[in-house]
Amino acid sequence: MTIKYSEDHEWVELTEDGLVTVGITEFAQEQLGDLVFIELPEVSDEVSQGDNICIIESVKAASDLVAPVSGEIIAVNDRLNDEPELASEDPMVEGWFVKMKLSDTAEFDALMDEAAYQEFIEE
Amino acid sequence: MGLAMKETINEFTTVFHPMHIDAGAKMVPFAGYNMPVSYPLGVKKEHLHTREKAGLFDVSHMGQVKLIGENAKKALESLVPVDIIDLPLMKQRYALFTNDNGGVLDDLMVTNIGNDCLLLVVNAGCKQADFAHLQNSIGNECEIKILEDYALLALQGPQAGEVLAALAPESREMTFMTAKVLIIEGIECLATRSGYSGEDGFEISVRNDQAQQLAKCLLAHEAVEWVGLGARDSLRLEAGLSLYGHELDTEHSPVESSLVWALSKVRRSGGMRAGGYPGAMTVMNHIDDGVTQKIVGLQPEGRAPVRDGALIVDDEDNVVGKVTSGGFGPTTGKPIVIARIESALSGGTKKLFAIVREKKLAVEVVKLPFVKHNYYRG
Repeated sequence: MTIKYSEDHEWVELTEDGLVTVGITEFAQEQLGDLVFIELPEVSDEVSQGDNICIIESVKAASDLVAPVSGEIIAVNDRLNDEPELASEDPMVEGWFVKMKLSDTAEFDALMDEAAYQEFIEE
Repeated sequence: MGLAMKETINEFTTVFHPMHIDAGAKMVPFAGYNMPVSYPLGVKKEHLHTREKAGLFDVSHMGQVKLIGENAKKALESLVPVDIIDLPLMKQRYALFTNDNGGVLDDLMVTNIGNDCLLLVVNAGCKQADFAHLQNSIGNECEIKILEDYALLALQGPQAGEVLAALAPESREMTFMTAKVLIIEGIECLATRSGYSGEDGFEISVRNDQAQQLAKCLLAHEAVEWVGLGARDSLRLEAGLSLYGHELDTEHSPVESSLVWALSKVRRSGGMRAGGYPGAMTVMNHIDDGVTQKIVGLQPEGRAPVRDGALIVDDEDNVVGKVTSGGFGPTTGKPIVIARIESALSGGTKKLFAIVREKKLAVEVVKLPFVKHNYYRG
């Protein structure tokens, strides 16, 4: 399993050939503060890298989750509708946002690896 | 500038700044100060901690000013639509500075601390303007002394009473909106049983050079945790309490902000000392004839928060109001909203919607507060 990271503080895990799971990083959830509402996209939405796909509301403010890669949304984490705090408490596992089918694996390959991401957030 | 007001990159810090840093606070600029918005616990848990136990808030950025002299009460009455002359010794009252149009310049707390002296606590963001307003308007009638070398702590929550009683047993006698001089571990401070969270609690004014020691005494109690400005805002929102710059501004009279309860009978039409403050005619007309807008609570139907500035529309898409404060209530577990809407709709008979990201979310007019006040009235 390969996990890569976007500059928008998302993790993208390649689960099987051409399929990825997307969530926010520990760093992102710390910056956002307690999450109180998440609006997820529709399954089978076709999205392009950089599109706003989710709305994330914390106690204080609203932000967008952008698609780290292009492709089709094949599943959403419905639990976030009633338990948005999952994305704060366990962002890397239970708090995943969407699963996608990649339309261009080169976009995934171009994301940062763990070491590069750590360097990125320390800047 | 007093000891604590060291300026760093155009931002003041309070005397508690090193303690906030040690506690791991996230510091943000607020009204010219570098203030803790939250601590490692996080806004939500800090909020819930305050509702369940006791939260300690640094509110030293607020302005503290004394009005001194035999004419001080009369002088202050000329600036606020509130009965100050008959404010009893060691009693506190909520008041508002009005402008010539009846709009609100700031809201404040006034305590009669005896010896012809009133203690005022005003908002951080308005304090320089307030001090100038006092000086220009009543500077000839009483002495105006800005307390630059004093800090202010708020201890709020259902366990605040027992925390303070353990350190100063005489605080047990205090009821909501009363004041008392307390000696805590040898430190003299002035406490009022009040605050802005909707909970029982105290605001404690203490000299800067003893303030950290006092905070340490309070934090030594297992029920007490530092709570930041983030939770202070969500607590006051759940408690339905007005915030200057949100529910209160220079464009709306106190009546249009649903603060008629704060306007003393004696200062209204037909009262013994009716009028006699800036904009009195407008404010009294608003009380007597009614107003077209008021502040109400709104409960959104779903989980999506509705934020400040969102428009409120009716089922025919007519704009009928605007959100003045919107957020999420950690105690209610739902989004909560305070809005200024057309008075005719405040009864809640018509369907209303908030516009969020171009979508209409159904909202219901509800009675404020969202969370019942828990004041200690004896």
